[in-house]
Amino acid sequence: MTNLLIWPILLPLLTGILLLFPRNQIRFQRVLSAVSAVALIAVTVFILWTVQNEGIQTLELGGWTPPFGIVLVGDMLAVLLTTTTAVVSLPILLFAMSSIGKEREQFYFYAFYQFLITGVMGAFLTGDIFNLFVCFEVMLISSYILIVHGGTKKQLRESFKYVLVNIISSAFFVIAVAYLYAVTGTLNMAQLSQRINSLESDAPVLTVIAVLFLIVFGLKGALFPLYFWLPASYTAPPSAIAAIFGALLTKVGMYSIFRTYTVIFTHDTGFTHQLLAVLAACTMAIGVIGAVAHQDVKKILVYNVIAAVGFVLFGVSTLTETGMAGAIFYLIHDIIIKGALFLLIGAMVIVAGTSHLKNMGGLIKHHPRLGWMFFTAVMALVGVPPLSGFIGKLLIIQGGAEAGQYVIIAVMMAASLLVLYSMIRIFLYGFYGQIQLETADQYGSTKGLLLPCAFLIAVSAFLGLGAEAVYPLAATAAETLHEPQIYIDAVLKE
Amino acid sequence: MKSNDVILQTVTNIVLFIILMFSVFIFFNGHHEPGGGFIGGLMTSSALVLLLLAYDLETVKRVLPVDFKHVTAAGLLVAVGTGMGSFFFDAPFLSQTYGYRHFPVLGELELATALIFDIGVYLVVVGITLTIIQTIGEDR
Repeated sequence: MTNLLIWPILLPLLTGILLLFPRNQIRFQRVLSAVSAVALIAVTVFILWTVQNEGIQTLELGGWTPPFGIVLVGDMLAVLLTTTTAVVSLPILLFAMSSIGKEREQFYFYAFYQFLITGVMGAFLTGDIFNLFVCFEVMLISSYILIVHGGTKKQLRESFKYVLVNIISSAFFVIAVAYLYAVTGTLNMAQLSQRINSLESDAPVLTVIAVLFLIVFGLKGALFPLYFWLPASYTAPPSAIAAIFGALLTKVGMYSIFRTYTVIFTHDTGFTHQLLAVLAACTMAIGVIGAVAHQDVKKILVYNVIAAVGFVLFGVSTLTETGMAGAIFYLIHDIIIKGALFLLIGAMVIVAGTSHLKNMGGLIKHHPRLGWMFFTAVMALVGVPPLSGFIGKLLIIQGGAEAGQYVIIAVMMAASLLVLYSMIRIFLYGFYGQIQLETADQYGSTKGLLLPCAFLIAVSAFLGLGAEAVYPLAATAAETLHEPQIYIDAVLKE
Repeated sequence: MKSNDVILQTVTNIVLFIILMFSVFIFFNGHHEPGGGFIGGLMTSSALVLLLLAYDLETVKRVLPVDFKHVTAAGLLVAVGTGMGSFFFDAPFLSQTYGYRHFPVLGELELATALIFDIGVYLVVVGITLTIIQTIGEDR
């Protein structure tokens, strides 16, 4: 029981290590990684249940008490996100099994997939800012490999840019941590929060560091004007890999902004959070402009990832409990639905043989299930009431109204409408319109591809219809973020 | 094309063992003096790189018939295993302990479980370095 919190990190790590041994036993690789993914869901749900009943869980690694050792903190936000990660990683893994190809499977695909999940889980659970950096690197190095895995020309070109941007942002991360350490003398998040909150005079250097962290996490999470690397690099790898990227990687950046801007840097919210709000509005705008402008289905979806970053961060910037609960709910919804949409678009590109809207059409005749699942996913993405996107957006808008950010609310509403337009265009031109397919499997079949998508859409429907059950969890998480003292007391045990 | 490398190969045969021994020394010294798994592993790999320079890839593979990717994986397993060892004592993950034991020749020695973790690091470093060098070298 002491070591409960380590399991979400340990499970994928151990699986990844074991998968390094038998390279050519694809059957073994598939079975082991699927079993581990199922076990991960069980473990994270159990932790969620524990945190719900017993409050924030902490694990002092190596038995060293907090400000001195590394501590893993499972507060409600972290635990909700680890559960979502586990839930989204299983269907994408299953999708990869039927679409990624034998060549890639033989070259450690599953091992690196598990290491990616390890890094994401570690980033969500850690309570130490340097350990967060290390988990980021675990995640990023796995993502470097996955983005280039297979070595097609486009992947090689885009991975080069992706690696370059991320190495620069990681260097900024180290610099920001060094500044923060020089000013405060600690790396533990709870103690950082305590020390910064106890300052009597305002410290402009801390505002500078806060902005530096915003730049770092903005680069990782694709915030305007640091989003430029994302569209090309997320369309390069195969759809299963793009799905895990689109569902998880930018969200880790967003989670880090959540953490740093609610627990640590709350000393000068007039400047930092207003900046965050403006950047969030610009991100929404740029995301939907890109989504509307493109004709390539993958590009449309990728720009929608950027727009969602804006929605979530606007919720954080309001600093109200409603706004944060909305942002958390929307973040969870977005992980699930972006995973689903990337998989559906991947399946669509496989059956249509092209990713350009002009060359596809009439897919619904041969693939009605794919078509209607896509339609449902789009409705959920936009936030049509019974589905999952609704409550999050509603709460974010409510929080924005409490904070008096009416202009940004207007931008957000307009952006939501354009998200709907951009996605429904795929449905109208790709699934309706002139029929381009002669037989159902002219270019490829959807065998084994639809079940993972259906699973994710079911989860999304559960989030929407069962909001009554999920909302209290998001509200608890928001309460912890709103009152950092709860977090500090749980970690430092005073 | 085979040039005559007698001097290089003879010197390597002797120097190799000096480097290997020094790397082991550095590795065991890590707890109280500068050194440890990382630098020890790098030094061991540098000894093997010298072997690669003096002989060719096939010879080294014959002398050391191990897949270095498996060495890396084994090292990771050892490192994670030491962390998981604390599960049996109901201690937090990665807890370490130490004790003093008397050995016949060496006298009283301090034994720490951190050393096992270091063995993991050592294996990972050796495995990674040689995987990189062999993979690049094989392309020619």
